[in-house]
Amino acid sequence: MAAIELSGVVKHFGPIAAVNGLDLEVPEGICLGLLGPNGAGKSTTMRLLTGQAIADAGELRVLGHGLPSDSKAARLEMGVVPQLDNLDVDVTVEDNLAVYARLYRVEDVGAAVDRCLDLARLRDRRRDAVDELSGGMRRRLLLARGLVHEPRLVLLDEPTVGLDPQIRTEIWTLIGELKSRGTTILISTHYIEEAERLADEVAVMTHGKVISRGRPADLIAEHAGRQTAEVYAPPQRLAELRASVEAEGLKVRPAGPAIAIVGSERAAAGVVPEDAVVRAATLEDVFVLLTGEEAE
Amino acid sequence: MSAGAKRMRRLEPAAIAGVMSREVANFRTYWKGTTFSSVLEPIVYLLAFGLGLGATLVDEVEGVPYIQFVGTGMVATAVIFSSALPAMFGTFVKHRFQNTYEAILAAPVDVEELVTAEMLWIALRSGIYGCVPLIVTFAFGLDPAWGMLLVPFFCFVTALGFAGFGVTMAATVDKIDQFNYVTALCITPLFLVAGTFFPISGLPKGVQLVAQINPLHQLVELVRGGAFGFEWVDTARFAFLVAIALLTWRIAIARMRARLID
Repeated sequence: MAAIELSGVVKHFGPIAAVNGLDLEVPEGICLGLLGPNGAGKSTTMRLLTGQAIADAGELRVLGHGLPSDSKAARLEMGVVPQLDNLDVDVTVEDNLAVYARLYRVEDVGAAVDRCLDLARLRDRRRDAVDELSGGMRRRLLLARGLVHEPRLVLLDEPTVGLDPQIRTEIWTLIGELKSRGTTILISTHYIEEAERLADEVAVMTHGKVISRGRPADLIAEHAGRQTAEVYAPPQRLAELRASVEAEGLKVRPAGPAIAIVGSERAAAGVVPEDAVVRAATLEDVFVLLTGEEAE
Repeated sequence: MSAGAKRMRRLEPAAIAGVMSREVANFRTYWKGTTFSSVLEPIVYLLAFGLGLGATLVDEVEGVPYIQFVGTGMVATAVIFSSALPAMFGTFVKHRFQNTYEAILAAPVDVEELVTAEMLWIALRSGIYGCVPLIVTFAFGLDPAWGMLLVPFFCFVTALGFAGFGVTMAATVDKIDQFNYVTALCITPLFLVAGTFFPISGLPKGVQLVAQINPLHQLVELVRGGAFGFEWVDTARFAFLVAIALLTWRIAIARMRARLID
């Protein structure tokens, strides 16, 4: 049984189709990265999975429970780590955890709180109010709160958005520990590095649907080949070069002040300038080619 | 540790208790300030109206010393200000600014349970704080009576209605400053025509009719019944308050569902 099964899911907000014929299956025990630009429909998908949005069409099953009719039972076995910090800031660390242990019907609240304090490495801060914690501690606590009932499935909605690199690395370490325990994870992100590091498989989403899916290495091989050549030059020269390279049938994408010639190993001699910086193709190349958006 | 594939029902006590436990955890951080103002406010009102007006203009109202008339009426004031306002502002802030409801609804809690828990918590608190003016009035000569034991219950039921009203307003307005309209157009008139400071029998007939559908007026009469003796009509007053509580409960759930679920 797949942990998540979405078939032909559609969700409109007025005239805008936030999710537009989404098919997605997440097998148990894997970490699937939902990668897409802002507005791709990732957060709406997360809200559909937690019953906070009702699909206009399509079928949704989470851990065998049909949504939205059986959403509450699905949520009992599912943990959610939101994009925004919504901890109770005046309340102590342990009370924040205890409240959610009760909401998730955990029988031994004290043991669950202790386990989460260890997970978040906050045992010595348990009686401190949340607003006394650093940003990294709060993020760890937010993650631990979503795991207070030891869920079979965890939804991570942009878990490191807006965080500095050090805190992001801390969160990745915690998610890595969760993966190693075999928990099924669906992580939405628009950070390429996050998806590359954490996800067993990546589903690239844009305009409300998944347009490509596979292991990061397979996606790179399929869409970007082996090498990418980046050329830095004045805009006029880049425009001319882009036109000539595309005429050769190669894919070109913008890369900040440069252009990136994707799959440059297939280029005929003399097509790629000698001053190009050649590197291995990345998931970022795939992302930009597929979505037309600059990666973060 | 998870409860596993438990069958989930509507209005589960565990979900309601869980949401209320969050409120209790937060209340522990601010109870001193709330309790201080809840005790001080009726004392100030009693001194200002009871001693001020009572000493200079009014000795008695309906055979009751004026300070005791105001003291028993102040119960309703305490109830509306400790229920409608926290329900309005608290709900709005938790939804719009703190994203609290997004986190709670990601857990196995539905909107019906969330609203029920919020209303019950506010009503419980209000049921207790509503009694403070009565207790303070003991110091101004009010004699205890057995009927007063029902006052917390009357306050609780009335506060449920106002909590439902407040949640409904929070789920209806788009901006927090729109509560000014609610306060000016609803809360203040209800407060003034409740019969707290003067009997409504002195008001024009039309206003008296409006006062009869004012839950605060019915609460004022019930509290005075508890203090000075019940009448049969008090049964109808209580039934009216129960009906208002049930009505606002269902409306609050419907409005919050529309606001929280896309």
